[in-house]
Amino acid sequence: MIDKQKASLAEAMAGIKDGAVVLIAGFGNSGIPVELIDALIDQGAKDLTVVSNNAGSGRTDVAKLLASGHVRKLVCSYPRTSGSVVFEEMYSAGRLELELVPQGTLSERLRAAAAGIGGFYTPTAAGTKLAAGKETRTLNGRDYVLEMPLKGDVALIKAERADRWGNLTYRLAARNFGPTMAAAADLTIVQARHMVELGGIDPEQVVTPGLFVDRVVHVPNPKQAGTPG
Amino acid sequence: MKGFALKGLDREAIARRAAKDLWDGAVVNLGIGLPTLVANYVPAGREIVYHSENGVLGVGPSPLANDVDPDLINASKTPITLVPGASIFHHTDAFVMIRGGHIDLALLGAMQVSAAGDLANWSTGDEKMPPAVGGAMDLAAGAKGVYVLMEHTTKDGVPKIVEACTYPLTAARVVTRIFTNLAVIDVTKDGLVVREMAPGVEFGALSANTGAKLHLASDWRQIGA
Repeated sequence: MIDKQKASLAEAMAGIKDGAVVLIAGFGNSGIPVELIDALIDQGAKDLTVVSNNAGSGRTDVAKLLASGHVRKLVCSYPRTSGSVVFEEMYSAGRLELELVPQGTLSERLRAAAAGIGGFYTPTAAGTKLAAGKETRTLNGRDYVLEMPLKGDVALIKAERADRWGNLTYRLAARNFGPTMAAAADLTIVQARHMVELGGIDPEQVVTPGLFVDRVVHVPNPKQAGTPG
Repeated sequence: MKGFALKGLDREAIARRAAKDLWDGAVVNLGIGLPTLVANYVPAGREIVYHSENGVLGVGPSPLANDVDPDLINASKTPITLVPGASIFHHTDAFVMIRGGHIDLALLGAMQVSAAGDLANWSTGDEKMPPAVGGAMDLAAGAKGVYVLMEHTTKDGVPKIVEACTYPLTAARVVTRIFTNLAVIDVTKDGLVVREMAPGVEFGALSANTGAKLHLASDWRQIGA
């Protein structure tokens, strides 16, 4: 029998190693797996590389993870947002390495890793300083930049519904990076607001097939990212 | 280089003028700031589909305070609603739409636009400022058309339309039309062509407030006329 559900957040986090690349889904405060992030801090893995679109606001969730000192490097498209105080402090103090990636390139690098693609050429960032040091080719008269896949050791995902096979649905625009990141990591860990029986999600409505998911933990009343407490 | 103060249109009037160029059925991505006002002024009878980079097609008006949902936001992270017919999809699809040329128009703000249509709108190049790029480079490189809405000069009167951008580029040779408080200007292979000027603005004064050579179209009109 396949049962990916774990009884506790601690159990869901077991085995994450120092130096891991951790993909964290979410956009702004929407779709951030707050409870999984807290559990990762408690689990204690250090020297992490975190891949996330933003760097958190206030001192909760992603910002709290940065402030924990467990993160060496952030791969991100838009770290500086209103309230991104922890990121700004750490970046200014030289305590956090930053790899800035255009948002679509970030998403596509994750997808490439998920799809087994060895690299791809994109016109995004051609001729800009974010293409510095990267191979550029002119194809059909247009400049393209070579971008490499971005694979996670771990992905942390917030879902609305899950079954024990790991089939997922998401809530509204909280879906954002979830499906791509779930497919792009070796160990995909999901927090789900609702656990349903197998068949409880119409097969046509499954957004992330369970194949991409390794562990699921039931978090019935998830905290909204960016809210204190 | 400094010009003298020319007031021209207010922000709402710039947005109103740009809105006239959105055609019925257009799929449009509105950037942060001034472009977000455009949706308020689309002429009646035109259906525009608004795209948001975080996975929404069919963005509707801002919600009332009681209807705010933290899982319905736009690229600026502000609350949105969905119109009937809206769809939700994941980030990679949202950027397939942007990067694959499926978005008709990106309406963006800018710090500088060059005579060749180069766009600078993501960084002042100040190394002490933590950087952030978001979807700016994807939109600029991938949308079928890139329109810029901005004040013609900085608050200090420094031209923002220039021969060559001094700020770091977002993308090269992508802007096709510029809407400012003073004029509507097309970026063409023959240079910058002034199609319309705001009431009270003369070509000499407009040129004095512009850091690149302008050509006045023979059939130019007054904005709003």
